[in-house]
Amino acid sequence: MIAFTLNGKAVSVEAPPERRLTDLLRLDLGLTGTKVGCEAGDCGACTVLIDERQVCACMVPAAQADGSAIVTVEGLAPAGEISALQRAFHRHGAAQCGICTPGMLMAAEDLLRRNPAPSEAETLDALGGVLCRCTGYRKIVEAISDVAANRPDAVAPAVGDAVGARIGRVDGIRKLDGTERFGDDVAPEDALWLRAVRSPHARATFTLGELAPLHAKYPGLVRVFTAKDVPGNNGFGIYPTVKDQPVLADGQVRYRGEAVVALVGDRATIETIRDDEVPIQWQAQTPLIGCAAATAPGAPVLHANLPDNILIKGRVARGDVERELAAAHVTAEAEFETSFVEHAYIEPEAGFARRVGDRIEMMAVTQQPVAHRDEIAQVLGVAPDRVRLTATAVGGGFGGKLDLSLHPLIAIAAWHLDRPVRCVYRRPESMASTTKRHPAHVKGRWGADKDGRLVAIDFHGDFNTGAYASWGPTVANRVPVHASGPYAVKTARATSRAIHTNEPPAGAFRGFGVPQAAVLHEYLMDRLADQLGMDRLEFRLVNAIRVGDATATGQVLTHSAGLAKCLEELRPHWKRLRAEAAEQNRRTGNGHGGNGHAVIRRGVGIGCMWYGIGNTSMSNPSTMRIGISAEGKVTLYNGAVDIGQGSTTILQQIAADALRIPVDRIQQIVGDTDLTADAGKTSASRQTLVSGKAVEIAALDLREKVLRLTNAGPEGRIAIDGPVLRVQDGDATRTLELRTMAAQGSDGDVLTGHGRFDPPTTPLDENGQGVPYATYGFAAQICDLEVDVALGTVKLRRFVAAHDVGRAINPMLVEGQIHGGIAQGIGLALMEEYIPGRTENLHDYLIPTIGDVPPIDIILVEDREPVGPFGAKGIGEPALVPTAPAILGAIRDATGAVVRKIPALPHRVREAIKLAQGGTQP
Amino acid sequence: MGYLRPTSVDEAVGALAASPAGGSGWVVLAGGTDHYPARVGPRAAEDILDISRVAGLRGVAETDSGWRIGALTTWTEVIEADLPPLFDGLKLAAREVGGVQIQNRGTVAGNLCNASPAADGIPPLLSLDAMIELASAKGTRRLKLAEFIQGNRRTARRSDELVTAIHLPRPANAAKGDFLKLGARKYLVISIVMAAGVIERTADRKVAAARIAVGACSAAAQRLSALEQALAGQPLDTNLRALVTEMHLAPLAPIDDVRGSAGYRLDCALTIVRRLVDRLAS
Repeated sequence: MIAFTLNGKAVSVEAPPERRLTDLLRLDLGLTGTKVGCEAGDCGACTVLIDERQVCACMVPAAQADGSAIVTVEGLAPAGEISALQRAFHRHGAAQCGICTPGMLMAAEDLLRRNPAPSEAETLDALGGVLCRCTGYRKIVEAISDVAANRPDAVAPAVGDAVGARIGRVDGIRKLDGTERFGDDVAPEDALWLRAVRSPHARATFTLGELAPLHAKYPGLVRVFTAKDVPGNNGFGIYPTVKDQPVLADGQVRYRGEAVVALVGDRATIETIRDDEVPIQWQAQTPLIGCAAATAPGAPVLHANLPDNILIKGRVARGDVERELAAAHVTAEAEFETSFVEHAYIEPEAGFARRVGDRIEMMAVTQQPVAHRDEIAQVLGVAPDRVRLTATAVGGGFGGKLDLSLHPLIAIAAWHLDRPVRCVYRRPESMASTTKRHPAHVKGRWGADKDGRLVAIDFHGDFNTGAYASWGPTVANRVPVHASGPYAVKTARATSRAIHTNEPPAGAFRGFGVPQAAVLHEYLMDRLADQLGMDRLEFRLVNAIRVGDATATGQVLTHSAGLAKCLEELRPHWKRLRAEAAEQNRRTGNGHGGNGHAVIRRGVGIGCMWYGIGNTSMSNPSTMRIGISAEGKVTLYNGAVDIGQGSTTILQQIAADALRIPVDRIQQIVGDTDLTADAGKTSASRQTLVSGKAVEIAALDLREKVLRLTNAGPEGRIAIDGPVLRVQDGDATRTLELRTMAAQGSDGDVLTGHGRFDPPTTPLDENGQGVPYATYGFAAQICDLEVDVALGTVKLRRFVAAHDVGRAINPMLVEGQIHGGIAQGIGLALMEEYIPGRTENLHDYLIPTIGDVPPIDIILVEDREPVGPFGAKGIGEPALVPTAPAILGAIRDATGAVVRKIPALPHRVREAIKLAQGGTQP
Repeated sequence: MGYLRPTSVDEAVGALAASPAGGSGWVVLAGGTDHYPARVGPRAAEDILDISRVAGLRGVAETDSGWRIGALTTWTEVIEADLPPLFDGLKLAAREVGGVQIQNRGTVAGNLCNASPAADGIPPLLSLDAMIELASAKGTRRLKLAEFIQGNRRTARRSDELVTAIHLPRPANAAKGDFLKLGARKYLVISIVMAAGVIERTADRKVAAARIAVGACSAAAQRLSALEQALAGQPLDTNLRALVTEMHLAPLAPIDDVRGSAGYRLDCALTIVRRLVDRLAS
């Protein structure tokens, strides 16, 4: 018996002594507020206090809990009233997805209990052991510095003022008190556990042996599922015509981490059976690693229908590139290579499924419930309406949860066994098996005239799309459209290829290939400016695409092209930081870091971006519904999954102002395929624009119905008091007795507004000409940094980020997106490199910690987009795209070093510095 | 399988002397911060000897000949201990052992027993001339740390032995320690290169003795004895850094891995050792 004090109360529990404390808390004691991210002390999500010290519960044996006093996130608000620390997090938007939040809170609690007024350095040290992938940490630091002030929450905005208000997340409190339910927090107690056995080989064939001995050895093993147990199509994929990835491999595997069989049984059994006990006879083959190997003559073919291993090619062409470049006053050319990047959301994939009659009901992580429902249905071989998928809270997605992961596995198991089946990926499994950012080889040649105007761009990118198609086609389409960067250029040729290899499937990751292309175009912009003797910012400003200019696809921008304004806003910061850097470098001299001197060179770089919001030349509608019940409850039926970015809050703010009622009068049902309509994917930065517009239309529709029923004019003010709805119109008050009205549809609402929006686009022709997006986000970011010339290490000092978001529906959440995007951009630029088999954990694969994200100044430019709700566009991906170019530009500015292979790890920076010092100009 | 929580060293070494029936021997567990990360995913049950309750193994104490760090002493206890500047390097290294959560739980002795080539604790303890105290049913013995660490995750601990303490001799002269680490991010980072050192100084400001160790550049961290000899007797106010040459790095044998190339490691080791010597001399 293990006895201890838990959140002030004595508990005793019978459990295996070596059980991890995380499992003891979550499974034995039912306290799921403590999260599990890695089970290796790398992420800190499981941080609790033991005897007044922060520790990772995942590394504490249950036996050692005996006699101790433990505090978990549930203990921070014992009386139900959240603490000053939690309130500060809420007020500052310090929690986004919320998966790291319990760990962050406990680390902060540890700090504040011994040091109520910590310095920033003390805060960073105390929280250095907790990783966050969403926030970029800055709002967490702000919140902790503001705890002592214990300010009240912001006053709720007046009716009509919700849009533009910095309100806390409407789902914010439950992310702070441990009650939010993520993928691993929802399964019933009697659920069986599933674990996939995955390929240790990147390319192999295999045969399965007799399973009876395994069953005999492990009575707790209920069933081993193989490819032949898939009732429908043993294939899935993002595109309707490409279902190339097997749920369970059928005799051959194409990447390390591919699922081969699924073990289902009690937890202890599933956790005990090692992969090498499962009778799989492997015949390993030489894998195709990298695009060059896959496109070499005679290379083995991954998919029979693609004999050259090329999944797709993309092309945008306009004008005579050769002629214009030949005539250009200056030209620049370059090549860069980028790496696989892992999403590294702190929440591994998790969920459960059960069979209810002839239906499967699933609760799991997803970024697109309806598409995943349909996908699960075709794997089961049933109609989509026989699958219900309810999205749990998603502990970070960033594109990585747009693909199916455990869903078909638990669906098949629950279908066959007629028992609930749950699954949670281990961190190495999550990293090995799920999609990545495409490694890219990008090259280009650009030219400008003597006045500093771009005359032509030529671009080609090869993208390693891994073993299966996933989102490969999107990268091929989106990249050529964006290859020119956010600049006006009349002549362009941009081509791309997505190439299959025996590497992890590359899928969607914040930017779909555009960040890789931006590394190149921003380098070329710097080189051209330097050759012309122009300031790098001013050269960009001259070429910034503006309203009235045509893009490389021939689309003339008609509204909301705010790059020039962003650059003008940055100009004083640019000049100041450049002057500071020059002065600092002048003082410290031009040393080369020889003889161990700590020679620090400071540099300032700039990156610009544009990003089409929504799918590329494809219909991507969102459908929303908002209703009023007989009891006066206003419900938004919202199919848009909030993966931490805040769409639930944003959409509620839009609904409130369109309906003109207080924002806190609205409740929501989110992401349930039985209850909400298809809002499309939480991807492509589209939910504010597309779902936001659909919500606005739905709310206006509802408002119009109310006004019509009450014969009120367009300015009527709606007030709902329980079952009585009143409309004040001038001096007249009109009343609707809601209980007397007939309920409509399955929701039981008596009044319903409907909205659907699909952003207007046109198909691209064979030269990529057309209108791929209804609108674009624009941004420019400045990075100020120092390089240790002798070691090649980079210390970031500051970012200044100017973003044209059309309209900031909630400026606090927009800032949070920019902070988080910059943090991921820092990772992309400086440290993140996924190598199968070598960096399948969060200590060999590095993402930025709280000490790696410097102060960020944000300038919001609001150049209204008439297509969007209240003028808004999108921010999710735009936040990340310019960051790496700004960092790499600043490294060049500081040292002359051109890092050709990204990430710019210290050894690559050092190598590039040596090359630059050797007199070889890049 | 068994899980034993002895409360005395005798009880613990008694258990170690008799291998558990049917198993592959006891796995010793203290803070758990290396144990659990090595056990992510399915695995067979093990016999675990949890020594966290063994009396007398916790804390840092001054002794007649120097200092004793009990085997269960955590890194946080090292950071918070009242220790002279000799230990500044060890304290800096302690702050680099994972996050605060790990420093609160992980033990100094565990870091040594895990014997990672990149263990943050090993170079500073080498520079402190650490001796490792091992107990078994047959008695106790002491080994120099450099003898105790035998390679990548290999130590001289016999399966019937328990590390009970780390002993650090008191230097004959005033001494100062320091530590420098190179990694690709700020927190929670495995070293690409690290260096720790102690310089003892004479009253007339000369190097009485120098002990310099480099980690993450060979299977086990190495002392740079040629450099130590070169530094001995030198005036502190001269440009000591200039004495450090590539020849002094001869004991190092770095590898290429995901964190950096072998060549880069040697390049940085030179820079970092020079900076370390600079700081130690100031």
